[in-house]
Amino acid sequence: MNIHEYQAKEIFETYSIPTNRRRVASSAEEAYKAARELQDDKHIYSVKAQVHAGARGKGGGIKIIKTPEEVRDAAQALLGTQLVTPQTGPEGKPVNEVLIEATSDIRKEYYASVVLDRAVVKPCLIVSEVGGMEIEEVASNEPDKILKAHFSLETGLSSEKARQYADRLVRDPKLAEQFAKIFQAMAILFVDLDCSLLEINPLAVMENDEVIAIDAKINFDDNALFLHPEITKLRDTRQEDPREIEAKAHDLSYVGLKGNIGCIVNGAGLAMATMDIIKYAGGQPANFLDVGGGADAKKVAAAFKIILTDPNVKAILVNIFGGIMRCDIVAEGILAAVGELEKEGKSPLEDIPLIVRLEGTNVKEGKKILEESNLELTAVSSFEEAAEKVTAVL
Amino acid sequence: MSILVHKSTKVIVQGITGSHGSFHAKQMLEYGTQIVAGVTPGKAGESVHGVPVFDTCHEAVEKTGATASVIYVPAKYAGFAIQEAADAGVSLIVCITEGIPALEMVRVKQLLSQKKIVLIGPNCPGIITPEECKIGIMPGYIHKKGPIGVVSRSGTLTYEAVWQLTSRGIGQSTCIGIGGDTIVGTSFVEVLALFEADPETKGIVLIGEIGGSAEEEAAEYIEKRVSKPVVAFIAGLSAPPGKRMGHAGAIISQGSGSAEDKIERLKKAGVTVAPSPALLGETMERVLGSKAAKQTK
Repeated sequence: MNIHEYQAKEIFETYSIPTNRRRVASSAEEAYKAARELQDDKHIYSVKAQVHAGARGKGGGIKIIKTPEEVRDAAQALLGTQLVTPQTGPEGKPVNEVLIEATSDIRKEYYASVVLDRAVVKPCLIVSEVGGMEIEEVASNEPDKILKAHFSLETGLSSEKARQYADRLVRDPKLAEQFAKIFQAMAILFVDLDCSLLEINPLAVMENDEVIAIDAKINFDDNALFLHPEITKLRDTRQEDPREIEAKAHDLSYVGLKGNIGCIVNGAGLAMATMDIIKYAGGQPANFLDVGGGADAKKVAAAFKIILTDPNVKAILVNIFGGIMRCDIVAEGILAAVGELEKEGKSPLEDIPLIVRLEGTNVKEGKKILEESNLELTAVSSFEEAAEKVTAVL
Repeated sequence: MSILVHKSTKVIVQGITGSHGSFHAKQMLEYGTQIVAGVTPGKAGESVHGVPVFDTCHEAVEKTGATASVIYVPAKYAGFAIQEAADAGVSLIVCITEGIPALEMVRVKQLLSQKKIVLIGPNCPGIITPEECKIGIMPGYIHKKGPIGVVSRSGTLTYEAVWQLTSRGIGQSTCIGIGGDTIVGTSFVEVLALFEADPETKGIVLIGEIGGSAEEEAAEYIEKRVSKPVVAFIAGLSAPPGKRMGHAGAIISQGSGSAEDKIERLKKAGVTVAPSPALLGETMERVLGSKAAKQTK
């Protein structure tokens, strides 16, 4: 799960990671008022669009300005728009809030993050003296500038180790002390809240020798959210695709894409492979949809309805290899979905051809249910045939 | 022969009284797996499909001599269930449960590292040695005894690959789904080493997906240590960068872990990569055929 920068910074405060003084605003007037409250003669302002995507600067989502009037204008220009950045896709993300900070000039930008290193099976602090730009480029072009410190869950990141890495970034012991404290706090926060990513880019040394988290990014492990109800409350569904929200409500995993072939598949690997084979056969998948392991007829029906709300969908491919999931349940789900839609006065299968491939647990029962239903669908028996048939009908 | 599980493997089922546990215990019994006990705290003395239920793994192992355990308990308790099985003294733990927090798995792996235990999963379909022993949730009938080892990060895509092999008359020695989570008990490399050492395994199918670096590590190992032919498929060539595709393991981290990178690395290691997931069986058949042709020369 993703949260906004301003929410991440509130969490930073409870872990004593220094941030700029700030206010959140959802209107230009609020922004102006906030700027006045933050005003003093030492500072300049940053106004930042709050969206669940990175590279906001490249999309024009970050403004550095001097007066409350300029803050009002910047907020006016951003609020209510869709911000498009290299990470959002062409449709962008809605800007419902802006974050206004009193900031000062930055002397130098650094990079710091914590992730779980699956190869080592330990969390890892990653720091670099080169922050504020494409860290991936630095990692591939100048790998020596990326420092990694693994730490165990039991002992955490020791103050000695944190200081050792800080000393490799800066010479000034006073600055190193500040960096070390931040690194330790990041390690604790990451473990406490079951993060999947914690990133500060840039982590900056300011003109007044303070070290400040200029940006803040936290992603949480979805599997651990049940342990952190207070974090779950921070979810902002306005940043998510409505079909993805609807899917999540039914415990389905859905990702919308740009093509015209709707896919309903069980298992993430097979769902990805189904998208791949559609492309291989010359078609374009409209979505990734994994109905999961323990699906029932209701879930399958929900999956159908979600896909049918995508106006781009011109054909549907159902590819189920039953394991924990039983084919007869899938067949019943298809009937239930069509039945419900017919009750609503729609006849989805009239314009949208349905190709169904069932294999695995209870496949005979599943095929029989579909045969006896007289539904207008094409049953196929192999994966390859499914992809060929579905691209052929378009 | 086969790896890790065979005819005489005695298995306990943790969470046997739940709906999944009970359903799959029955399927495993029907396949011929020796399910010797079930474990559900507070349900000792009951029986499920004729299998006695115990309160603890310790008791179940002590009374039955089981050497393997399969876990169907909810995610909240699964980490504890793995530890309990490990403490009870089994040598193989198969964890089917999906949705265990990643840091919980880090803790569990840390504990297991001090013991000689193989953990498969979590969030996996399990392990099967066809016509001998099925531990997990895979449909049994799609498998056939034979010379191909199958290892995969996916569940249903593994079934697809196995079915393609079986449909062409190519059987399997053992099939293992290692699971799609960030932290898994057993890696591709560990399974590849077992297949390489198994005299009955003549070829290997490896199924990977985008995200992480498990496939790259597998490629490096294959290059150095695997003499048997390997056929691979990597799912996610059509996935847009940065989008989450259901698995924690299936996140493209920019610049690494893409399907293209993985395919290239595997090809460099001498692996035959099937261009389409529908061509896995055919590709393996061709590779085996050309190998057989070489041997007869």
